Amino acid sequence: MEYFVQQLVNGLTLGSIYGLIAIGYTMVYGIIGMVNFAHGDIFMLGGFAALIVYLVLVGLFGGIPIALALFIMIIVAMLMTGLWNWVIEKMAYRPLRGSFRLAPLITAIGMSIALSNFIQVTQGPRNKPIPPLVSSVYNVFGISISLKQIIIVVVTAVLLTIFWYIVNHTPLGRAQRATEQDRKMAALLGIDVDKTISITFIMGAALAAVAGTMYLMYYGVIVFTDGFTPGVKAFTAAVLGGIGSLPGAVLGGLMIGLIESLWSAYFTIDYKDVATFSILAIVLIFKPSGILGRPEVEKV
Amino acid sequence: MANITNTPESAGSNLMARALREAFYAGLVALGLFVLFVGLKTDQNILNELVLVQRWGLLAVFVAIAAVGRFLSVAFIRPYLAERKASKASTGVKEPGFVTRNFSMIAVAVLLVYPPIMVALFGFQGSLKWVDNFGIQILIYVMLAWGLNIVVGLAGLLDLGYVAFYAVGAYSYALLSSYFGLSFWVLLPMAGIFAALWGMILGFPVLRLKGDYLAIVTLAFGEIIRLVLINWTAVTKGTFGISGIAKASVFGIWSFDVSASNNFAKVFGLPMSSAYYKIFLFYLILALCLVTAFVTIRLRRMPIGRAWEALREDEIACRSLGINTVTTKLTAFATGAMFGGFAGSFFAVRQGFVSPESFVFLESAIILAIVVLGGMGSLIGIAVAATLMIGGTELLREMEFLKHIFGPDFTPELYRMLIFGLAMIIVMVWKPRGFVGSREPTAFLRERKSVSGSFTKEGHG
Amino acid sequence: MAGTNTMTKDPILKVDHLSMRFGGLMAINDLSFEAYRGDITALIGPNGAGKTTVFNCITGFYKPTMGMITMRQKAGKEYLLERMSDFEVNRDAKVARTFQNIRLFSGLTVLENLLVAQHNKLMLASGYTVLGLLGFPAYKRAAAQSIEQAKYWLEKANLIDRADDPAGDLPYGAQRRLEIARAMCTGPEFLCLDEPAAGLNPRESLALNELLRSIRKDTGTSILLIEHDMSVVMEISDHVVVLEYGQKISDGNPDHVKNDPKVIAAYLGVEDDEVEEVIEQIEVIAVTAPGDTPK
Repeated sequence: MEYFVQQLVNGLTLGSIYGLIAIGYTMVYGIIGMVNFAHGDIFMLGGFAALIVYLVLVGLFGGIPIALALFIMIIVAMLMTGLWNWVIEKMAYRPLRGSFRLAPLITAIGMSIALSNFIQVTQGPRNKPIPPLVSSVYNVFGISISLKQIIIVVVTAVLLTIFWYIVNHTPLGRAQRATEQDRKMAALLGIDVDKTISITFIMGAALAAVAGTMYLMYYGVIVFTDGFTPGVKAFTAAVLGGIGSLPGAVLGGLMIGLIESLWSAYFTIDYKDVATFSILAIVLIFKPSGILGRPEVEKV
Repeated sequence: MANITNTPESAGSNLMARALREAFYAGLVALGLFVLFVGLKTDQNILNELVLVQRWGLLAVFVAIAAVGRFLSVAFIRPYLAERKASKASTGVKEPGFVTRNFSMIAVAVLLVYPPIMVALFGFQGSLKWVDNFGIQILIYVMLAWGLNIVVGLAGLLDLGYVAFYAVGAYSYALLSSYFGLSFWVLLPMAGIFAALWGMILGFPVLRLKGDYLAIVTLAFGEIIRLVLINWTAVTKGTFGISGIAKASVFGIWSFDVSASNNFAKVFGLPMSSAYYKIFLFYLILALCLVTAFVTIRLRRMPIGRAWEALREDEIACRSLGINTVTTKLTAFATGAMFGGFAGSFFAVRQGFVSPESFVFLESAIILAIVVLGGMGSLIGIAVAATLMIGGTELLREMEFLKHIFGPDFTPELYRMLIFGLAMIIVMVWKPRGFVGSREPTAFLRERKSVSGSFTKEGHG
Repeated sequence: MAGTNTMTKDPILKVDHLSMRFGGLMAINDLSFEAYRGDITALIGPNGAGKTTVFNCITGFYKPTMGMITMRQKAGKEYLLERMSDFEVNRDAKVARTFQNIRLFSGLTVLENLLVAQHNKLMLASGYTVLGLLGFPAYKRAAAQSIEQAKYWLEKANLIDRADDPAGDLPYGAQRRLEIARAMCTGPEFLCLDEPAAGLNPRESLALNELLRSIRKDTGTSILLIEHDMSVVMEISDHVVVLEYGQKISDGNPDHVKNDPKVIAAYLGVEDDEVEEVIEQIEVIAVTAPGDTPK
């Protein structure tokens, strides 16, 4: 039982990271209907930004309190990836808006290849390890919970709350939802559609940056290829939850985190990704629009 | 600059002022984008700790390129393009020339004489690179892309896991030839059949899904197959891969094994060289490509091919016309997979070695990119895209002279995929419908008029 | 119109106690009617009356919640359409349909659209692709014949000059005609048209009437159509069924329906208790102005 709860905690942590990335996929999909394949690499870029900021901070002020360092890392990484995603959207996706559906998908894949190779070229192909940032571990009823895990879950929860508030209770969120429903009509009603879409990309990137920072803190290492697997997992999470649905993305992320950690704990770790993908396929076969997605009504 | 601002023509000075302003912003944005990633480099010191190396000079170059590029774009390139567009619109459409009209014939003829020309130019040993790295490599991608074209370009089903069928074909050949010693000519059709079967098995449960849901499930299946290949070590030897795969022979008559008595070179009394085998492989893959093209062209004029295209245009209308869309989709999946399987078994025979490394998602992405960049459905466009994208990045390996410019540490290969990715973006933005955006009708009453890309749909299945 | 005495006619389609529920909404409620062989039957009713839903049930796109839909072919074979999937309704039961918002294969040429419609026939002739791929002459003959068939319908629909243009390039009225021609290329015995005259100008509307009449005359295909344009309905239909809120409120020949007070009330939108009043008014009008019926 304790073992099970332990795995639950681990899965929840992992799932939080996936959920944060998945929101970026689902928001962009919701608002312009494209799968932003480069989003996983934005996450990786966020991790690298956090890494470099950490090294700068340590280099400049050796004994900086770790909480402050983490805070600065997150903020700078968010700004950094926000800027990147803003430029990417403007240069690679906006010219293709409203054209052929596969064209932006291809540019997104191209962007994903370009981003990971950009980091490989500029930062080198090797693993980038850092010393553990936070190492306290608490023992609660025989279950060990590390401070890292607590930070990840708390940060995720706080961000999701802020985020949920923005989307549901601010003029910006209203503009986003209107743009999602009908871009042309939203524009006619005076919503700056381009700006709304840009902000959506920036928001998604900022959340991915937080996920990247958390990932760096949790695993203590990052490499230029790290965008792919978490990216695909997060995309899987978004689809599993029902792409376009924000709670769905979080739910999907948590589910995938749990499946992974439970499968690794009780079966073989080798096939954990096979399990994840198989469950995705099975869920979609029975619920073709994901768990919380609106079923697509076939209009005849 | 000064003489321009002095002219009374305020439009010009406005343009320049705007260009300067935009150049400034571009430089600022570039500074923001690159300050961490280019200005600083994480490196390991002797203690294996990460340290930062400062590269402010390089950062300055990046920023300058962005600013100058933006300036030139706003001040000169855009006005020039706008002007050219205006003048082009007035001249009207040009009649297609001789080369355009007979492009496929000329291309096939060039390919047929390509190996002898390379041998004549570079000698047997020197031709290896051009026949193998360029010729065979590009033709494999042409074949894969033509196979995927049936699924994505004709039937409009987005498949992100096509590489799975390539893997099935390659492993079918590798395993069956190592365990049972079957020959290439037996296994080539079998690999195709296996891949087609897998296409059906994977296709059947997922064809109810639409659009991006289908895309992610096909991606998942591709990954599942790769992960199984990695982890099922008892059969596949995992990441070590299977090596020592038997070579193909010329229909069993001449062999390319050095020890064999019917060795090609021995039989003809030629000096030993690995180039014969490569040239043979070149013609083999060329033949496979031509078969793929022939079958695709034939299928498009058959009811099943028309049903695929109709499915891409409107699935509901298809059903109202009595077309069983499930079997139609399945045949598209299976046919595409079959060609992937053929290409896979060829890949195994060419490399003599297969490992899961060759079947990563990136391969699927590259194949899909070639299909879309070429123009969905157009065989010629896809072949051109494969040549440019694969040949172009392959050329980078040859850019030894760049070392003289950037110093001896410069390895052009490192930039191969970076440039590949950027090229994908640039081509797509430049031609969203691909190189050949129009569609050739499969039947006509009076005259064959190609259908403009603005009418064709891309499918949502 | 001829054949007003529908009672003696042979029903081709029988809808019995059809109900369709979407969540809490009863879109069709216990609907029964018949369409007779060789007739043009019109299904009319105000917006939201459930006409298109009836169509979708007949053609297999929706599975009705309750009820039975029987299609009886000329040869006597009967099909229960509610049990068949959408493509079987066309392939086996020989019921073809068009759509309210035109669904053409816009990137295929007009001719190709008509060839796709002959899919099942050609699949058989091509030996499920295998023989055709090998270049068997039987397929070549069938292919040539399918082009002849397409040509026949192109001429009927007056589209022969646009045969090699993309379907998406045609003007609206021509697209409507093409959709009908395409449905006819499947060789149906029963043709369901969902608002074929919607959005047509008067000239196109006339051409459409012409086309429908000639379909009935030359092929003997029975037609069921949904229509808002009363001039079309009254002009060409032999039999009219009126729906309101998913229920049948009137059924009979055009003259009968036109003077049915419940129909008038439904179209003019009066309260139930005012119906009596309307009936009185109609009786007055019918006496004073008899000249507005066709013929």
